[in-house]
Amino acid sequence: MGQLWEFLSFAEPNIRYVTFGSILLCSSAAVVGSFIFLKKKALVGDAVAHSVLPGVCLGFILAGNKNPILLIAGAFVTGWLSLVTIDYISARSKIKEDTAIGLILSVFFGIGILLLTYIQHSGNAAQSGLDHFLFGKAAAMVSDDVNIFGGMAFVLIIAVALLFKEFTLISFDVDFAKTIGFPVKGLELVLTTLTVFAIVAGIQAIGVVLMAAILITPAAAARFWTNNLRKMIFLAAAFGGFSGLAGAYISYIAPAMPTGPWIVMVISVIAFFSFFFAPQKGIVMKLISRRAMAHQIQEENVLKLLFQLGQEDKNYFQQRSVGDIQARRPFNTKLLLSALERLKKQGFLEKGDDRWQFTQAGQKKGARMVKLHRLWEVYLTRYLRIAPDHVHEDAETIEHIITPDLEAKLEKLLEYPVKDPHESDIPYL
Amino acid sequence: MIQQVEDPAVEVHDLTVTYHKKPVLWDIDLTLPRGAIIGIIGPNGAGKSTLIKSMMNLIPHSSGYVRIFDSNIDEVRPQVSYVPQKESVDWDFPASVMDVVLMGRYARLGLFKRPRKADREVALDCLKKVGMEAYKSRQIAQLSGGQQQRVFLARALAQEAEIYFMDEPFAGVDAATEKAIIGLLREMSEKGKTVVVIHHDIQSALEYFNWIVLLNMRLVASGPTQETLIPSLLEETYGGKLTLLAEVGNLMHKKEFTGRDKR
Repeated sequence: MGQLWEFLSFAEPNIRYVTFGSILLCSSAAVVGSFIFLKKKALVGDAVAHSVLPGVCLGFILAGNKNPILLIAGAFVTGWLSLVTIDYISARSKIKEDTAIGLILSVFFGIGILLLTYIQHSGNAAQSGLDHFLFGKAAAMVSDDVNIFGGMAFVLIIAVALLFKEFTLISFDVDFAKTIGFPVKGLELVLTTLTVFAIVAGIQAIGVVLMAAILITPAAAARFWTNNLRKMIFLAAAFGGFSGLAGAYISYIAPAMPTGPWIVMVISVIAFFSFFFAPQKGIVMKLISRRAMAHQIQEENVLKLLFQLGQEDKNYFQQRSVGDIQARRPFNTKLLLSALERLKKQGFLEKGDDRWQFTQAGQKKGARMVKLHRLWEVYLTRYLRIAPDHVHEDAETIEHIITPDLEAKLEKLLEYPVKDPHESDIPYL
Repeated sequence: MIQQVEDPAVEVHDLTVTYHKKPVLWDIDLTLPRGAIIGIIGPNGAGKSTLIKSMMNLIPHSSGYVRIFDSNIDEVRPQVSYVPQKESVDWDFPASVMDVVLMGRYARLGLFKRPRKADREVALDCLKKVGMEAYKSRQIAQLSGGQQQRVFLARALAQEAEIYFMDEPFAGVDAATEKAIIGLLREMSEKGKTVVVIHHDIQSALEYFNWIVLLNMRLVASGPTQETLIPSLLEETYGGKLTLLAEVGNLMHKKEFTGRDKR
């Protein structure tokens, strides 16, 4: 707890640097990544992230120390080269893009690991800490690194803000962008450059192996919460920033831990939470609304059945037992009982001595369900020319989704028929 | 029956387009009149989309050239509007109807500038013309096929262009949308705009268009509807591909024969 307090108080200047740096890096990567996500180029992002490693190593070999400018320049060159090669291979050979991505990713990363091993055995004392570029170590950033990487992240966010309209258009409809004379190739080039920049900016804090996660996952998580692109990007930036903060904290309290995996853990938890619990699009919310729908169907079926029984006996308000109902239609007893209880709560049924009867409102709703069922049967026989013995099943489903608006249209179209195709009365109230 | 016109909206001169070295359009040579509603008709794989895309220079030409309003396309881009097939984009994209229609204003806005209030008003006006103003804040993912097509049309209208290229605007739309679209096309034509439409249904083509281009990898006919939509020319268009032409094309693909390509 004391550690958390010390961390949050930002008493030490280095903590302050590392934390703000990580937040900025992760949120800028998420902002640029949002367009990669929308252009469905997630795998390309991963390939570039892996391909910057040989460049970092070459930069180190050239400089002889961890000069951030040369490391960035090296990373930039090989990251770019990987993209150009992927494009070239998929355009000029029979190899498809996914295969080209797989090839380039492993070849470049392989070369990177070779170079890294070579440097580690070269006896150069300055190399210690170079392996942090694999899995990231936020706390290893010194103020110079933070200034450079943070500055890059800041530039990225400004660039995306300026070109927001253009990036949106080339993500949505690239042919249209070409026809209106937008410099599509140039814009793609800028977006790609920004992507490489975002990756390079993040290598010290997150590492090349897991960099793709921080590009893509925040956008994927944010997409669950909103349909508005601006909100989506802000949310992605917030998710990214939060995982950056968490990563910096962990890097501080557990210096032996690499930061990248922790940042990825945090953003993944956010993504999973979004996947399950986001309103409308989340799996759990979908299940809940599906369950509500199933309940509604059961309840309406019970009311419909009670109305039919009442129509036959000419007594709508007779008390009926579960057995009476099941004699007509074999409902599952447990489901039937819970549906009956719910209907009682809603005020459509009354209960006395384990027997159930309509309230006025219940009888009215039951009548409506029977009417909708039979109207739909009339509609099917008349307009789709379906045989009367084939229309029941369809009407069983449709009756539950017809809105009062459609109901009125249906009545008018069919001119208020009195009998359904099976010669049963259609009740109007 | 290939009729040429004076002062054309579009001039296609001896155009050949190849795809992976295989010619998909052979030596197309035609002129399209200004202010007409022009239907491009032909079987699947005839190269109809390829033709309009190469007219707008979206696809490189192997040989020949295209001029629009007697200029290079790049000089008249703001006067050219394109309605792609609605299947060509991902409708699950996080955007509202208004966002998409505003894209029609981007050419006028240029780079870096944001849509102004005037642009929103034009966009809203265009949505009204296609009967979609009530849907302006709706997510595009929630639209039906006909509504998607109307949104694309509104985006094209918002460009306030002189010539419109539409790739199958009537495909997969309801009868009401089809009627609304053709009404709009006629209105545009009355104002002197040229509309080039890829179309599938010969029956309705007779009624919709006043100029017809019949295409099946080569140009079969280009002329006024009454003179082109006749049984003999339709037979020639739909009577199957010319086998020799197809064989030569396949051979060029196989041998990666580059003789025609511009270098």
